[in-house]
Amino acid sequence: MTARQARSATGWGVVNLVVVLYALFPVWWIAALSFKDPATLTDGNFVPRSWTLENYRGIFRTTEFTRALVNSIGIAVISTTIAVVLATMAAYAVARLRFPGKRLLIGMSLLIAMFPPISLVSPLFEIERALGIFDTWPGLIIPYMTFSLPLAIYTLSAFFREIPWELEKAAKVDGATPAQAFRLVIAPLAAPGVFTTGILVFIFCWNDFLFAISLTSTDAARTVPAAIAFFTGSSQFQQPTGSIAAAAVVITVPIVLFVLFFQRRIVAGLTAGAVKG
Amino acid sequence: MAEIVLEGITKRYPDGSVAVHDLDLTVADGEFVILVGPSGCGKSTTLNMIAGLEDITGGTLRIGGQVVNDRAPKDRDIAMVFQSYALYPHMTVRQNMGFALRLARTDKAVIAAKVEEAARILDLTEHLDRRPANLSGGQRQRVAMGRAIVRDPKAFLMDEPLSNLDAKLRVQMRTQISRLQRRLGTTTVYVTHDQVEAMTLGDRVVVLRSGLVQQVGPPQRLYDEPANLFVAGFIGSPGMNLLHGRLEEGALRTALGDLPLGDRLRRRLTAANAPREVVVGIRPEHFEDAALLEHPVGGATVTVGIEVLESVGSDVFAHFTVEGDAVSGGGLEEVGARQEEAGAGAPGREVVARIGTSTRAAEGAPLELWIDTERLHVFDPATGAALSGEERVTDG
Repeated sequence: MTARQARSATGWGVVNLVVVLYALFPVWWIAALSFKDPATLTDGNFVPRSWTLENYRGIFRTTEFTRALVNSIGIAVISTTIAVVLATMAAYAVARLRFPGKRLLIGMSLLIAMFPPISLVSPLFEIERALGIFDTWPGLIIPYMTFSLPLAIYTLSAFFREIPWELEKAAKVDGATPAQAFRLVIAPLAAPGVFTTGILVFIFCWNDFLFAISLTSTDAARTVPAAIAFFTGSSQFQQPTGSIAAAAVVITVPIVLFVLFFQRRIVAGLTAGAVKG
Repeated sequence: MAEIVLEGITKRYPDGSVAVHDLDLTVADGEFVILVGPSGCGKSTTLNMIAGLEDITGGTLRIGGQVVNDRAPKDRDIAMVFQSYALYPHMTVRQNMGFALRLARTDKAVIAAKVEEAARILDLTEHLDRRPANLSGGQRQRVAMGRAIVRDPKAFLMDEPLSNLDAKLRVQMRTQISRLQRRLGTTTVYVTHDQVEAMTLGDRVVVLRSGLVQQVGPPQRLYDEPANLFVAGFIGSPGMNLLHGRLEEGALRTALGDLPLGDRLRRRLTAANAPREVVVGIRPEHFEDAALLEHPVGGATVTVGIEVLESVGSDVFAHFTVEGDAVSGGGLEEVGARQEEAGAGAPGREVVARIGTSTRAAEGAPLELWIDTERLHVFDPATGAALSGEERVTDG
């Protein structure tokens, strides 16, 4: 390594470090806050002087948070499942078939993604109240699904396009029905794409605050991001900072684990070796 | 195993372009037929139509006596080898080869036995549990072949199966495919753009150009008696030398010199009612260094200035240029493109002669060349049709 390369490597190392610190600093801060007791909460230390799990015990003691956690998991999982299944079928059609109105379909789906959600909240509120699904699981699942589908279709159709079409032809000649060709050949190869899309959709549903706060009124369907906003301190003069920090950590951890767990599946290029090269 | 009959098969795309035009072809049971032509000639489209991967717009396709025009690929009982092999990357070699049988709900023990048998034939036994990504190009190609043969289908369809292999492997696999086909005796339709593959592999060769059949026949027949300029230029490497010529008083006046017409050729030309202006075709091997011939019988001798000599060991290729415009038309441009890729030069003004290795010829020096005028090819420049062909005599 020449001196110049060494200098450039060091330079990049410093830049990377700064970026990583900048990104992770708030995470560390919130984690540190969650382990502090109420007395030292505002002492400005980045490392808690006295560690406590009281904040975590506190949020799990009442049903306010646990109920919200169940809502969050249920709503996010159901929305993700439905969105990914629908998006897989739609993306396959978009990538493989030539049909009239294909461009229109893609355009429409992108259009949905371009609406600022805030502008749709009031009408959605009215519609859901009229339909009687306000403050229910379907009341959140339907908008989540709708708003994540365009992104899901887009990502998945890119993955489907990567799969050599000849594999499908080969399957057909080998005696597969179109459904069999899809299930036995295309779907396994698209799995990394499906996982990636699934994670993206899940994160979107999991993190959403706007719909969660606007379309719920009780803890029947209130998800964690919305529920956190309703946290109260143990007395009227106490800020629920510790509890909020603890709740924030609790809902961040599953996402981190989720991504770490599926990372290899996402990165692994399963299609390697399908065709020449 | 079955006979494949194409009757007036036509492929017309929605935009009106015609990829295959009224193709008639009967592939006999167990026959090995090659579809050859430059890219865009409709050979792959034809194969896809036989496989059922593309709709047939007109005509009738019969496999084993049954009309299969509207049958899905899975109901046609044919196996296909793709140019890219199209192996399933998430399955092992064993699963790849057994996939078709698995779909047909064959008994597991039978699948295992058949896969083992095919693997033994193709020398893949030790690779059965590997995935395609971990195989070399040649091995992948063999797996693709294996996937076809385990099924024991009515016919094999092969779409340029060797074009992704390096030159040496291609020659090896060519022999292997030929041997395999003979051993299994399965009807095979093989698509290639490589005229060497076409010449060496097939029982019969179909030359296509722009969706039209140019000539059908055994390889040697296509070489010796090309039906038109296109086939003449396409088959053979280096390609046939084509020159403008004029028929005058029993001789052919060309840029090479006057070539006397033999009785046989003259009879044929008369029978074919040949025009005065013609195109003359001479295969490189029908030249010889006049000094190497002790008693040249018939033929003509011309003197040319050699520009480049290429020795390939067994022969020497002598390149020289003659006056006059390059011959064009009749689809020769497409052939020309192919030959330039092969480094043989475009037909027309540049002429290649294949002469014996003991020649004393030198680059830049004049050389006396003997031409076997009995083997001349004469074409009609307007239609491209051969005037010197055997069939003309019987026609007339």
